Amino acid sequence: MKLSSLPRSELRRRLKKEGLGLSIGPFNTKLTSPLTVVAEGLEQLYGAFTLTNDTDFIDFRVALNSPPGLRSWFRPQVNFSFDGFVPFKPLPQIQAFAMFEWGLNWVIANNAHQYLIIHAAVIERNGVVCILPGTPGSGKSTLCAALVCKGWRLLSDEMALISTTTGDIYPVPRPVSLKNQSIDIIQQFSPNAVMGEVVMDTAKGTVSHMRPPQLSVEQSAQPGAPGLIVFPKYTSGEEPCLVSLTRASALLKVAENSFNYSILGLQGFDVLGELISKCECYEFSYQSLDAAKETLEALI
Amino acid sequence: MPPESILLQFLSGSVGTELIDDPAACELLLRQARSANLLSRVAVLCVEKNLTPRLPQRMQNHLQSAQTVAIANHRSVKWETKQLERALAIGKVPICLLKGGAYVVGCSVAAKGRVFSDVDILVPKERLEETEKLLIESGWMCTNFDSYDQRYYRSWMHELPPLQHLKRGTTLDVHHAIIPPTARIKSDIDKFWECAHKVAKRELLHVPGDQDLILHSAVHLFCDGELENGLRDLSDLDLLLRGSSVSDDFWSGLLARAVVLNLQRPLFYALRYCHVLLQTPVPVQVLDVATQGSPGKWSVKWMDFLFCRALAPDHISCNDRWTGLARWILFVRSHWLRMPPLQLAQHLARKGYKRWKKRKASV
Repeated sequence: MKLSSLPRSELRRRLKKEGLGLSIGPFNTKLTSPLTVVAEGLEQLYGAFTLTNDTDFIDFRVALNSPPGLRSWFRPQVNFSFDGFVPFKPLPQIQAFAMFEWGLNWVIANNAHQYLIIHAAVIERNGVVCILPGTPGSGKSTLCAALVCKGWRLLSDEMALISTTTGDIYPVPRPVSLKNQSIDIIQQFSPNAVMGEVVMDTAKGTVSHMRPPQLSVEQSAQPGAPGLIVFPKYTSGEEPCLVSLTRASALLKVAENSFNYSILGLQGFDVLGELISKCECYEFSYQSLDAAKETLEALI
Repeated sequence: MPPESILLQFLSGSVGTELIDDPAACELLLRQARSANLLSRVAVLCVEKNLTPRLPQRMQNHLQSAQTVAIANHRSVKWETKQLERALAIGKVPICLLKGGAYVVGCSVAAKGRVFSDVDILVPKERLEETEKLLIESGWMCTNFDSYDQRYYRSWMHELPPLQHLKRGTTLDVHHAIIPPTARIKSDIDKFWECAHKVAKRELLHVPGDQDLILHSAVHLFCDGELENGLRDLSDLDLLLRGSSVSDDFWSGLLARAVVLNLQRPLFYALRYCHVLLQTPVPVQVLDVATQGSPGKWSVKWMDFLFCRALAPDHISCNDRWTGLARWILFVRSHWLRMPPLQLAQHLARKGYKRWKKRKASV
């Protein structure tokens, strides 16, 4: 059963009481929160996700609550907790839904070392998975959002989960996080894109999340085979420029963008080596999204 | 008594194969183990018991992930000890690893799935100043610049304020004794050094004697009051006791050593709570002899009330209405044990004032 087929009142009841169980890629996640912002965010962006059954094994239990005390009245705040553990300082309550996304990223990055995890957007076309590792500001999320709006499959806008046993990439297609000007750029590029609430003055500036394509969510149980690694860089006023990278330097660059390369040790090196040997690697600077799309599609 | 905990049952060996067809029990074990920092240990024990491949796939994933973390932790602590040796090589300062570091480098049974966030070392008190200087030269820096805290550590505590490495970010606690000099119980640190042995193929690195490893773990758990990792430390003790108890003269040796180091009280608690909570097979006669270190019948009942709660996993499923209070009382107790009443009153007043000032500044 999908979240969208759950009556509104039932969704809110579950969120307040026993928690709302969602199957998010390989992770069953149960979320508890009495906050309206969170319920609205889920309704807007998580409609296509499958609900878990009562007897399912839940991997991660998270909650978003307002901290007790006076602050629930005066400039209200929100706390993210992972099964009772509070890893971050509270944020203004208006950022609650964004905090769910950030918090879940943190939970996955710290508790799923059965994967080599790379900070990257991951998309697929014609059976070829493309990894877009991203330093902040590189425009990986923008490029990723643009491409999935035009038919590419979304595997993740934040992390590549590479199986340490098979080398396949496991999808976690969640809402795509867009910052500042990117929000307008994507809305103009693809007027059909559904955006969540726009929240201003977060630590990352103005933030909004884009609903992931329904088909990508429906295919979230199918891992993909990696074939392409592209380091995107947004540069103003230039024709798209694709520069081939040697495997050795690509390996080092990907390792730099990994959340748990050092934790996996030798295994991490082996998995990464295997990954690189299967991929063509490029540095890619672009300005226009249309031209970028054409260039990348020509590669596949 | 607080609610039963599946993690305690698993560690004591009374739950094992029951997990195979019970995803709900697995999930509860996962949650309790995660919040007690014991998931990596559970993972290793599942492998030893040949359970892992028969557990639900999702549980297996979490166990694999946790095992990877422990391996990384061990790799990192071994590397840190090499760096420490290099830093202190000029002065030839002997280093004795304590707790987690000692388990891993000394290949103890308690290294099994042990995870930790800092390295603890002991150096001779007269070499403390020199040690600190050499460490600073090699990139370990003090992170706390508060002058009161500095004075608190340096004049009253058995360790320096925590150091952090500039590049690697790892934390190092440098001790010169195993108990604060101001504490009620006194233990002769020279005797502790006498039984420490050198780690094979290493220049400066030592680990405590086998009995002292247990006694120090007991002191740390029952006098230091940092109970966030209380159950993890109790499980260390359980593994150490189970591992050593195969030899006949182990128990009498341990009891005698506790007398030499004047640590009968912490040993009494260690044996009692290992036995009560983790079903560690401590012989009845040994428990009897250990009662020499007991604080008295009524105090023990009171301590049972506190420790049986505070040592349970710090998870919502294991709490009763007294758990929070029990943890708080034990925290206060640890300070009470650490300094004389007047000094404690001064310390609390200072801390309270500073906190108030800080809060006022932030509003």
